[in-house]
Amino acid sequence: MSDIVSKHTVSVLVDNEPGVLARVIGLISGRGYNIDSLTVAEVDAEKHISRITIVAPGTEETVNKMISQLQRIVPVKRAANVTFEKQGIEREMALVKIVSTGEKRVESMRLSDVFRARVIDTTHDSFVFELNGSPRKIDAFIDLMKPLGLSEVSRTGVVAIARGTEKM
Amino acid sequence: MVNIQMTGAQMVLKAFEDHQVDTIFGYPGGAVLPIYDELAKERDTNQPIRHYLVRHEQGASHSAEGYARSSGKVGVMLVTSGPGVTNSVTGLTDAMMDSIPIVCISGQVPTHLIGTDAFQECDAVGITRPCTKHNWLVKDINDLSRILHEAFYVASSGRPGPVLVDIPKDIQFQTGTYIGPETVKHKSYRPKLKANIDQIDNALKLIADAEKPIFYTGGGVINSGNAAVQLLREFVRLTGFPITSTLQGLGAYPGDDSQFIGMLGMHGTYEANMAMNECDLMINIGARFDDRITGKIDEFSPNSKKIHIDIDPASINKIVKVDVPLIGDVAHVLEDSIKLWKSKVYKINKPPLKEWWKTIDKWKEKDSLKFTSDKNRIKPQYAIQRLYELTKDKDVFVTTEVGQHQMWAAQYYKFSKPNRWITSGGLGTMGFGLPAAIGAQVAHPDKLVIDIAGEASILMCIQEMSTAIQHKLPVKIFIINNQYMGMVRQWQELLHDKRYSHSYTDALPDFVKLAEAYGAKGIRVQKPNELDKAINEMIEYEGPVIFDCVVEQNENVYPMIPSGKAHNEMLLGDETKKEEISDEGKVLV
Repeated sequence: MSDIVSKHTVSVLVDNEPGVLARVIGLISGRGYNIDSLTVAEVDAEKHISRITIVAPGTEETVNKMISQLQRIVPVKRAANVTFEKQGIEREMALVKIVSTGEKRVESMRLSDVFRARVIDTTHDSFVFELNGSPRKIDAFIDLMKPLGLSEVSRTGVVAIARGTEKM
Repeated sequence: MVNIQMTGAQMVLKAFEDHQVDTIFGYPGGAVLPIYDELAKERDTNQPIRHYLVRHEQGASHSAEGYARSSGKVGVMLVTSGPGVTNSVTGLTDAMMDSIPIVCISGQVPTHLIGTDAFQECDAVGITRPCTKHNWLVKDINDLSRILHEAFYVASSGRPGPVLVDIPKDIQFQTGTYIGPETVKHKSYRPKLKANIDQIDNALKLIADAEKPIFYTGGGVINSGNAAVQLLREFVRLTGFPITSTLQGLGAYPGDDSQFIGMLGMHGTYEANMAMNECDLMINIGARFDDRITGKIDEFSPNSKKIHIDIDPASINKIVKVDVPLIGDVAHVLEDSIKLWKSKVYKINKPPLKEWWKTIDKWKEKDSLKFTSDKNRIKPQYAIQRLYELTKDKDVFVTTEVGQHQMWAAQYYKFSKPNRWITSGGLGTMGFGLPAAIGAQVAHPDKLVIDIAGEASILMCIQEMSTAIQHKLPVKIFIINNQYMGMVRQWQELLHDKRYSHSYTDALPDFVKLAEAYGAKGIRVQKPNELDKAINEMIEYEGPVIFDCVVEQNENVYPMIPSGKAHNEMLLGDETKKEEISDEGKVLV
């Protein structure tokens, strides 16, 4: 296994009961792992199952250990590494506010087209773009907007799923 | 008797009955009064629950541990909200580290007051989340019976551990439907008991080929139960391999058997640590490569293949990478292993094994547990050796506190049965021994229970003497009194140029008078030649005894692997300042 530290995306299926998120993040901080992003929502209303997606930096080995520890939590049903480089699909949504006028404003509009971002709010001096895609695409968009009046960003964090017929 | 109506407090007692709980350790308070009220009403029935009133909730938690460890049953405790819970945290953490099944029922302020900083309110599930295997706050009376059944299931299955059920006072008063345990199945928690049979076969091939093998066994064998212990003994004898054990595993394999080469680790025997270092096959059964065991991790057993049997998948490759992981319950895995070994007619590689034993016997000649006796001062090792010799014919349960005395007890007291040795390994909790002894005595009222203690540790839960007296529990507290926090002093001597910072206990109580103040018997011994008689006096006394064994102050625990060193860098007793053994001394060894 490689010793390279990279970002890993971990999906965790849990029984949606009180405190389950606290158990998951408490374990991660308590055992000294870090979190870059975290999303959580119920995915099966009948069975009360929630899916937590965690992006965590680490080597493959440390992330595997983190997954093993997550599996010890009683309401955790499954946990798996679904990192894009392996077999996963990752998506994220961002809301990006640009405050600018003149040529910069026009340029931001043009670039948003390239990225297929939608304008969901506008004034004479601002846009709010909605953008979907891989975290890298969103990073790239934000970088491009920096000189064009980038004011504020809100990101959902990553959601991920395995490719093909494979199921968690 | 399923689906009947009753109050929350009654449900707690009904669940105890359904899970064959007849003994609990607890301390009342405002938020658990309804449950205590039910205990009072139940007192006149045929089989009332035996409630042992402790003197501090930490005592309840360790007593529950001692009860569980010595009996193989779940330990149950009942505490009130707020300080009742916070005082239990040490014991819950201790049980978490050593995988001991505990069900802790705690009272909570009524649901409408939760979150308002009410009197004796604390976030019990928040505080105990990292120190329990799982915990629940019950917010609906109709969830209570299910949660209680799940609590017993989670505590005792898979890798055992403590759980906590936090019950608000209004829920204890409310009436709801009680469902029986037979109808409750946990939604998702199903620990795997049987290991992959192909992996077992891979392990057996390694065992058949091994030239320098060793069994390294731990508390998991004891947790797995008596079947596991018997199967381990069968498998070890079948192979003829040497076996070493962790602190928690002592007793799974008889300590006086010729294949047993002593405890391993920081204060393990020379032969056990050298064998771990030089083996070519390590068979880890129910142990977890703890740092007290491995020493310096990159130099840990560098040339061996490793088989690891563990019920907890998270233990596999956590610290040491293994070649063949066998995830499952020790008894199941050993049963399948022995069957497969016989059906495939595998054979041990005998000639190299013989050579391996010769090497081990050479290491044994170092006699790493030898110590110099003294005719004027009692050596702590000698005290424990005599205690062992004078009690070994009885079925004795030994608990300990934490420190030098604990290590000497592990080194010099030999256990031939499981569940007889109850010590705080993972957390290393001073104050554990006395309440744990009380728990063990409750589980085994007619057996001899000894807490081998230090004079510093014993003071951390000394209030439990009162519990022992009230409930007529004749525990024997054998204090190795060197007037130091001995292990702290030892580390200060070896690592901090003998700057003994705050490790000397000034103003110790007179332990004989202290015993008498509680209504127990006190014995003090200062001379080696008085020791045997006094130990016999302690054993024969029918009530609790505090035995103040005044010992040589500056003795260190050897062998010792200093932290950060490898197994083959053990320190043996100080060779340079070795004293001449007098004739009288020779007689005493």
